[in-house]
Amino acid sequence: MKHVRSISEIGTEGVVRILRTARHMEAVNSRPVPKVPALVGRTVVSLFFEDSTRTRISFETAARRLSADTVNFSVSTSSLNKGESLRDTIETVSAMGAAVFVVRHRTSGVPWQISEWTDASIVNAGDGWHQHPTQALLDCYTVMARRGLDPSPECLVGLRIAIVGDSRHSRVARSCLEAFSGLGAEVVLVGPATLLPPDTTSWTVSTSTSLDDVLPEVDVVYMLRMQRERMNEALVPDLAEYSRRFGLDETRWSRTRPDTLLMHPGPMNRGVEMMFDPSSTTQSAIIDQVTHGISVRMAVLFELLASGDEVPS
Amino acid sequence: MTRDPGDTGTSDESVHVLRSDDLDRAMTRISHEIIERNRGLDGVVLIGLQRGGVWLSERLATTLERIDGRPVPRGELDVSLFRDDIGLRPVTPVAVTRIPIDLTGARVIVVDDVLYTGRTVRAALDALHQYGRPAQVQLAVMVDRGHRELPIRPDYIGKNLPTSSDEDVVVSPEGVVLRRRATT
Repeated sequence: MKHVRSISEIGTEGVVRILRTARHMEAVNSRPVPKVPALVGRTVVSLFFEDSTRTRISFETAARRLSADTVNFSVSTSSLNKGESLRDTIETVSAMGAAVFVVRHRTSGVPWQISEWTDASIVNAGDGWHQHPTQALLDCYTVMARRGLDPSPECLVGLRIAIVGDSRHSRVARSCLEAFSGLGAEVVLVGPATLLPPDTTSWTVSTSTSLDDVLPEVDVVYMLRMQRERMNEALVPDLAEYSRRFGLDETRWSRTRPDTLLMHPGPMNRGVEMMFDPSSTTQSAIIDQVTHGISVRMAVLFELLASGDEVPS
Repeated sequence: MTRDPGDTGTSDESVHVLRSDDLDRAMTRISHEIIERNRGLDGVVLIGLQRGGVWLSERLATTLERIDGRPVPRGELDVSLFRDDIGLRPVTPVAVTRIPIDLTGARVIVVDDVLYTGRTVRAALDALHQYGRPAQVQLAVMVDRGHRELPIRPDYIGKNLPTSSDEDVVVSPEGVVLRRRATT
């Protein structure tokens, strides 16, 4: 595995492989000293052109637990502000010996562009509306772990997953949709028609504009963050109206089955898509998502830098 | 395609070096040596290395308990993320590490099936130190096949088996088999 830029790039086989390695990493994280020397001497550079707390910290923690060195390239204080081109920046940093770039950028496709300029591996930590593959991987892992499933190409067969909110502009939705359905789950996108993808005929997915219809019949409710900036584009009449139809409150949540999981990639907009405190229900897997994120990102870095070739069995 | 040790045929690719009952006898002898060297079993902990050392450490624990009358604490250790050849050869880390007690002050006996280059044991020594500071670490192996690349020596040996590097040694409850690696 050379890069993890999208779910389709690594394929179902790659997804399963990372999920398997992540299990081992979860075991490492439960040891008294949650650190192993596997990637000692390798450098992981995080290159975030967009704000992020959890994803950047999660990657840096993952890298450190594998004993890699981490460099946080802070865009706001960099020479990019002096007019240095992105290409020169990448070439300079990779000449300093970066093994992996973890990239987030507001423009779709930047991770592919960057890989033209360096021999280092690229992990896409979010590009525009396009992809956020490690989020999808940790979400698959969380569903698996909560359901007691083993990683396999069909491990989510029989599960129905609702992705609720602005799936049109969401890289999380796009990556999750591919990953979930790649493992056999049935995915339904729920939201107002203006926030659903305009054409889903080529995707293995159904759509619904009624959260209330969908809730009682799904195994996972995956809430997306409502991006307030969409308000300016007049795609939603107003946030209160959105919340009334697509926000989760206690009454609505009580209509789910007792084993339905509640997930959210964070950061949550309390009072917009989330109208109640999810920590009040044991069905919430939101904290698990954060915890598993470290194990899954450790697995991604390990697969990129250290796995060698597949063991013939 | 395995033969008894007494069989002198030459065309086969596998040789049965130890049979199942030979393995049991070696296990009994090693158990007595462990008790003798440690003057009993006080503070002794067996740590089986994933994967070949795990079942051997279970068997050894059973034998020790039969002789001494007390159960011996036992754990298992996966060293794949501590190896020095990560990235040079395929690694699929899937095995579990389970260390039931703090190893500080313990007499740890690391158990593995085959001792070869010594690199696995080196990795195990590093990994063990995350679980405390043992008073002593000893090494028990069923087969020492030579070709050491590090200054590591076993304390308890089931069988010394001179090998060439194009041979594989397979240890299982059925015994020990020496197999010439298929060349294509």
